[in-house]
Amino acid sequence: MFYLKKQELKTDPLQMLSKNWQNTMQQLELKAKDPRLKVFYQAGAAAAETALQEISFVALDFETTGLDPVRDGIVSIGLVPLTLERIHSSKAQSYLVKPRVQLNESSVIVHGITDSAIAQAADLELYIEPLLQALAGKVVLVHHLPIERAFLYHGLMSRLGEGIVFPMIDTLALERGFTQSGLQGWWRSIRGQSKPSLRLADCRQRYQLPAYQPHHAVTDAIACAELFQAQVAQHFSASTPVGKLWS
Amino acid sequence: MQIEQIEILNFLKRYSPFKELPDDLLHQTAMQVDIGYFKAGTPILRFGEPLQALHLVRSGAVETYRRNGVLYNRLSEGGIFAEQGLLRDKTVIFPATAIEDSLIYFIPVDCFELLYQSDEVFADYVEIGDTQRKKSGVLADKSSNDLMSSEVRQLIGRAAVTLAADATVQQAAQLMQQESVSCLLIVADQSKDAALVGIVTDRDLRNRLIAAGLDYQQKVAVVMTTELVCIEQHQFVFEAMLLMLRHNVHHLPVLEEGKVLGIISIADVIRYESQNSLYIVSSIFRQQTVAELQSLSTELASCFVRMVNEDANSRMIGAAMAVTGRSFKQRLLELAEQQLGPPPVPYCFLALGSMARDEQLIVTDQDNALVLHNDYDPVLHQDYFAALAQFVCDGLALCGYSYCSGDIMATNSQWRQPLRVWQQYFTDWIEKPDAQRLLNSGIFFDLEGVWGQVQWADQLNQQIRRQVKANPDFLACMARNAISRTPPLGFFKDFVLENDGQQNNSLDIKRRGTAPLADLVRVHALSIGCAATNTYERLLAVKAAGILPKGRADDLIDALEVIAMVRIRQQAKSIQAGRAADNKVKPEELSAFERKTLKEAFQILSFAQKFLKFRYPGGRQ
Repeated sequence: MFYLKKQELKTDPLQMLSKNWQNTMQQLELKAKDPRLKVFYQAGAAAAETALQEISFVALDFETTGLDPVRDGIVSIGLVPLTLERIHSSKAQSYLVKPRVQLNESSVIVHGITDSAIAQAADLELYIEPLLQALAGKVVLVHHLPIERAFLYHGLMSRLGEGIVFPMIDTLALERGFTQSGLQGWWRSIRGQSKPSLRLADCRQRYQLPAYQPHHAVTDAIACAELFQAQVAQHFSASTPVGKLWS
Repeated sequence: MQIEQIEILNFLKRYSPFKELPDDLLHQTAMQVDIGYFKAGTPILRFGEPLQALHLVRSGAVETYRRNGVLYNRLSEGGIFAEQGLLRDKTVIFPATAIEDSLIYFIPVDCFELLYQSDEVFADYVEIGDTQRKKSGVLADKSSNDLMSSEVRQLIGRAAVTLAADATVQQAAQLMQQESVSCLLIVADQSKDAALVGIVTDRDLRNRLIAAGLDYQQKVAVVMTTELVCIEQHQFVFEAMLLMLRHNVHHLPVLEEGKVLGIISIADVIRYESQNSLYIVSSIFRQQTVAELQSLSTELASCFVRMVNEDANSRMIGAAMAVTGRSFKQRLLELAEQQLGPPPVPYCFLALGSMARDEQLIVTDQDNALVLHNDYDPVLHQDYFAALAQFVCDGLALCGYSYCSGDIMATNSQWRQPLRVWQQYFTDWIEKPDAQRLLNSGIFFDLEGVWGQVQWADQLNQQIRRQVKANPDFLACMARNAISRTPPLGFFKDFVLENDGQQNNSLDIKRRGTAPLADLVRVHALSIGCAATNTYERLLAVKAAGILPKGRADDLIDALEVIAMVRIRQQAKSIQAGRAADNKVKPEELSAFERKTLKEAFQILSFAQKFLKFRYPGGRQ
């Protein structure tokens, strides 16, 4: 995608991915060894030309112990299924995960999940199956794709010995495209204005979406889902092919 | 209980009727909410759609509308909508559109019902919204001013402003400005008892003077309307409204013994109308689709019931139902022309039978026909008019006017013919009557043009009057036909006593009462060349012509009212009890007084039938 700049690809632990996810998923299925991953890839991906209104999405959000996908771990997972028409917040799911690294103070301040809260929680490995079931066959929405993709990749790598990739739509990257490309972006750049913030809350504000308390996995997933519906309503249409948005 | 939908829960906690809910119900609700984003200008709910959820505005703004497009409510954060539809039949009553980018919470119908049933405060809240709607609504159950007993005299606010016919148009306009009125009555001269010769309205000045580019110094007589539609001061507001609707005028001079008391305008009537059952007539013309029209049919039933409860007489109810039926047809034809394009040749849509007689009730077949221009070429035009007829007849059926079992409908190509064919039909029927033709005559000879070239309907009516008078044999046959259906001999507590001594437990009051009466009166009316189609008006003409023994016409007028009102009240009772209205009357459902008066009415009808037999002895079969 044109606005996926080099910088992002550098932090992406994965290879450059083809936009033909249908094909990619078939190949990954052949390579996968873990039965859970095989089942996941079998569900496949939609054809790139499928209209957005035909797609089942899942908005996904992780809270983590830090920002390094190799050293840090996931502490909570929130996910919300949706379509272009409706966000099924009533079907939201969340998992509290016991990371393999110590919770550090600075991240606890961010997500408010403490040692005592995760004392009863299980290791990510236990949640792989239900998580993959919830994501299978869906297009996954995230705000700031590199985090979720890398953390899930490394989370699985350290537990199963193999990573995972699947089609995702990044609402942050979409927003960057809207604000920094085209006339608006050009205007901003020649006037020397700073780049607009792409934080979830700031993006939402641009669409008059309400302010939510951040860093709660399900709330962030809902917030991301709402932002996506607003972005599509304002900038795309129900018939836009999903291949134009995913990466 | 720990829930994940924290933001939803926090939001619900801030707004009634949710914040009053106990914690467990509130949590349960928050966990069932789904969300949707609507860009400004996008519809959220469309009229008549099935409803699956109570809608709550999370952010943004939403407007809801009445079916006619008038704004019903504007909602912002925390506002709920769709509750009325959920309380009724779970379809959208008030369509909704996002007027700002909006986030909507959907509370599923199961959850809504649980809250409604288990929480009194919640139930009260959503119901109060509903009753407020009813109070402001046009179909209020308790009308504070009794329209049926309000006379037009009560509406006259001031004396009419008059001007002599020799004044100039400019003087007229100046007088209107000075007196701030929108119409003037024009009298023959300046004298005190000068005759009323016309009326000038704002509209006349616009259409006949300014648009026509005439000189201001023209005499006012040039632009005035001379075909005056007036009303007597003791007539009902209701009748004034019917007159205005029928003649498409906005002002009615009110007379007292021929002299002008004042003028009432449509605005005066509308003040009453807001509480009025007849609101439905004006709303018909604002419906944009057949489905929207269809939704009005339930209101038609409640309008009917309300008129009965307000002690309207059978003529008022018949006329109101007929105006409504006519309006449905007119609107359907407009919609059909929108869909099919303009007609290739002019046409006239005919209403037949009870509707043409202004005697239509709530349960009625659609009897209709199409008269086409003589240039009609079946090869070129047949498809258009077949489609038009289909559209209207299907639409009428959806609106509660069931298909005619005898196939007397414009969809039947026999009844979709050029004017000359109709003229030939009528000539044949009158000159060479047979059983079928007589049956047809009974239906088609009460005809009224409702749309298009309505003057053709008048032409056909004139032809009928002319030819029938010249063919006494035809009248004799019609008379014979008119007495084929007889009223029962009498009523006992729980059965109907037939002439042959047989007992039945119910009576078809249309077949045995109103229909033979209308048939009988039609024969007399045709014999005197009466132009009226309404049975009551025909009776007045028959009375004036003096062809019945003294007092008999008045007896028949009373009998007509009694029989018609029993039928009407039975139908209203059925509707109120939630049953389908029909024409069956069971004696045990009548009061002793009703049984007695009905019996007397039937005796009058029976006697009148004997008189008809006596007047037209023999008759070719």
